[in-house]
Amino acid sequence: MSEEPQNSQQAETNVTDGGQAAALHSRRAFLFKLSVAMNAAVGAVLAVPLVGYLFGPVTKRESGDWIDLGNLSEFPVGQTRLANFHSPVGRLGDGDTAKVACWVRRVAEKEVQVFAINCAHLGCPVRWFEQSKLFLCPCHGGAYYADGSRASGPPERGLFQYRVRLTGDSLYIHAGDMPTLSTEASCGSKPLVQIEPSEQAEGEMEGASTWQA
Amino acid sequence: MAGLNQNGAEKRKGLLGWLDHRLGLYKPLKDAAEHPTPANNASWFYVFGSAATVLLMLQVVTGILLGLIYSPSASNAWGSLQLLNHTIPLGWYVRALHGWGSNFMVAIVLIHLVQVFLFGSYKYPRELTWMVGVVLLLLTLGMAFTGQVLRFDQDAYWGLGIGASIMSRVPFVGGSLVHLLLGGPIIGAATLSRFFDLHVFIIPGILLGGVALHIWMTLRHGVSDWPMPGRIVRKETYEREYHELTQKTGIPFVPDAAWKDAVFAVAIVLSVMACAFYFGPIGPGGPPDPTIIQTAPRPDTPFLWIFSLLSLLPAELETPFILVAPVLAIGAMLLLPLFAAEGERHWARRPIAVLSVSVIAVVFGLLTHYGSTTPWSPVMNAWSGDPIPVEYLHDRTPLELRGALVLQYKQCRDCHALGGVGGKRGPALDTIATRMTEDQIIRQVLQGGGNMPAYGNSLNPSETKALVKFLLTLRGENQPPAIDASRDVGIKPPVNPHPHK
Repeated sequence: MSEEPQNSQQAETNVTDGGQAAALHSRRAFLFKLSVAMNAAVGAVLAVPLVGYLFGPVTKRESGDWIDLGNLSEFPVGQTRLANFHSPVGRLGDGDTAKVACWVRRVAEKEVQVFAINCAHLGCPVRWFEQSKLFLCPCHGGAYYADGSRASGPPERGLFQYRVRLTGDSLYIHAGDMPTLSTEASCGSKPLVQIEPSEQAEGEMEGASTWQA
Repeated sequence: MAGLNQNGAEKRKGLLGWLDHRLGLYKPLKDAAEHPTPANNASWFYVFGSAATVLLMLQVVTGILLGLIYSPSASNAWGSLQLLNHTIPLGWYVRALHGWGSNFMVAIVLIHLVQVFLFGSYKYPRELTWMVGVVLLLLTLGMAFTGQVLRFDQDAYWGLGIGASIMSRVPFVGGSLVHLLLGGPIIGAATLSRFFDLHVFIIPGILLGGVALHIWMTLRHGVSDWPMPGRIVRKETYEREYHELTQKTGIPFVPDAAWKDAVFAVAIVLSVMACAFYFGPIGPGGPPDPTIIQTAPRPDTPFLWIFSLLSLLPAELETPFILVAPVLAIGAMLLLPLFAAEGERHWARRPIAVLSVSVIAVVFGLLTHYGSTTPWSPVMNAWSGDPIPVEYLHDRTPLELRGALVLQYKQCRDCHALGGVGGKRGPALDTIATRMTEDQIIRQVLQGGGNMPAYGNSLNPSETKALVKFLLTLRGENQPPAIDASRDVGIKPPVNPHPHK
C-alpha cells in the first residue's frame, strides 16, 4: 500500500522507469517459474521413495517357508483332518490373523494332500464333511470332492494345494502367500492346481504331492 | 442498517465485531444462507442432501470419539471393541451411533441420488454437481466397507479374503494388487493399518473436500427448481429462466426453505439415536482367528447385493463381470449428465428414467434379500439338526427306512429341503418321485450334474439302493410316480408302418 504513491511518482517523473518495471516483472515472473520448476523437481525426488514405501508390499516378494505340520501319526490314512500352523510370513502385531488352517488328507502311508482352507472362488473357509466326502463353502456354495477337485458351485477350479514334503514321520508344507487365483493370470494354464508361494522353492519340491489333473 | 466498512462487511460492535473484522466471514455466510431460492423447491423432497451432511457430521464426531479407545492393531482391535461394548461407559452407545449412522447415511445418500435423478436435477448447469455426488456416493460406500473392516471380526477377516480374491482376478497385476490391498502376503497387522488409514484419513479427507465442493456448486447454481412437465432445460435459456423464477418467486433459503431441512435433520438424528439405543452396537462377531472355520461370513447390508451377485453369476462370467461391470456402471453414472444435459426434467415425461430406477431398485432389493437368506449356501447343520418329517417315515419298508437314514447321514438335507426344512441349494425332495424315475435318481445321485456333486465315491451300492428306494416313496397323496416314457415305447408291440396295406 505505502509503495503505491512512490511508484506513481516514479512513473510520472521517469518514462524509462516503465520499461524498467516491465523488465523487473519479467525477471520476477521468470524467477517464479524457475522456482516452481525447482519445486516440482524436488517434489519428484521426494515422492519417489514415498511411493516406493507405499508400494513396498508389491515389490517385496515374501518367499514363504517350509512349515512342520506335525507327526504323520496325527493324520490317519484315509482321513481328512484340520491342521493349524503359524504363518511363516506373519509379522509383529498380526495376532490371531497370523494363524492359518488347512485340510490334511492322508491318502496312503506315504501320500498326503494338503488343501488351503480358502475356497478357490473367493477365499471363504471351506469345511470338510466326512460323511458325504465333500468340502463345502459357507459363502457362495462352492463344493469340492475329497481330492480337492471341483464338484459344483461358483469355483472355477479345485482347492488350492500346498506343496508337501515328508521327512521321516514329519509332514512339512510350503506356505507363504494367502492362496488366491492371483498366480493364475500369469500362469495361463487352467486349472492351476498348485499355489506358487515362491520360485525359489521350486527346486526343493520333493515327497508326495498328488493331484489328478 | 449499520454502515459498511471498506470490505463491504457490516460494522458490528463487541467481540463478534472484533472477530468479524478479522475473519470477514459474517457477510458472505449470511448472504449464502439467505440467498433467494425459487419457492417451489422449498419441499420435503429436497431435504436429503442436507440430511446426508448432518449424518456425515455425526459420523465425524462419533468416529473421533471411538478413536479414543479403538486400537488399530490386528492383535488388539477386536479386544478394544469388546472394551468399548462392555467396559467403557457409554462406549456401546457411541459404537451404536456410529454403526447405525453409517447405515442411515448410505440409505439417505442413495435416496438423495434417486430423488435428484428422478427430478432431472443433474441436467445443465448442475452436471458437475451430479458427478461429484456420484464420487461422494462411492466414497460413502468406501467408508461403509472400510468401517466394516475396522470392526475386525470374523466377517471382516473373510470379507478381506473376498476382496483379495476379487483383486486376484485382475489379469497380470492381480498378485500385486492383492499384496497392495493386504499390505503383505497375508491378512494381518499391515492390512488393518491400511484400512484404518483409508477409513480415518484418506477417504474422510476426500469426502469432506468433495462435500464442500458439492455444496459450493449447489450455492453457485442454486437449488434446482421444481420440475414441471413441458418446461424444457436448454443451455441457452435455462439460467435466465431460473434467474427470473428466483426473482419472481424467490424466498430466502434460510429460514423459509431450510426449516424443512432442519426438521428432517432432527427426525433423522432421532432415528439414528433410537436405532442405536434399541438395537445397540453392530458386532463385533467372532474374533478374527482364521482357524475358527465354523463361520458363515456375510458382508454388511450395503454390500449384500454384491455377495449375492458373486454367488449367482455363472462361473465363466464371473471374472469378466467383476472387472468390467463396475467400470461401466460407474462410468455410466458419471457421464449421464453429459449425455442428458438438456430436455425434460419431470419424471412423468421420462418413462425410461422411471423404469430404470424401478428395475434397478427391484434388482438390488431382490439381490439384498437373497444375500440375507443365501438360498445357494448349504445349511451346514441340517443333516444333524433337522429330523425327517415323521409322516415321511410312516408305512415304509425297512429298506426304505434305511434309505431315510442314508439321506440324513450323507448330508443330503444340507442342500435339499424336506417338509420345508433344510437347504435350498437343490430342489426340495418332498415330491421327487413324481418328477424322476428310479433310473434317473440313481444317475443323479451317483454322477451328480446340474450343480449337484456326484456321490458315487461316498455311497456304497447298498446305501445307494436304500436311498433311492426311500426317495421313490416321496410323492404326495394320490400323485402317480414318474414313469420312463421310452420304456413303454420299447414294451409296446411294433406299430405297423403301413396299416392300410
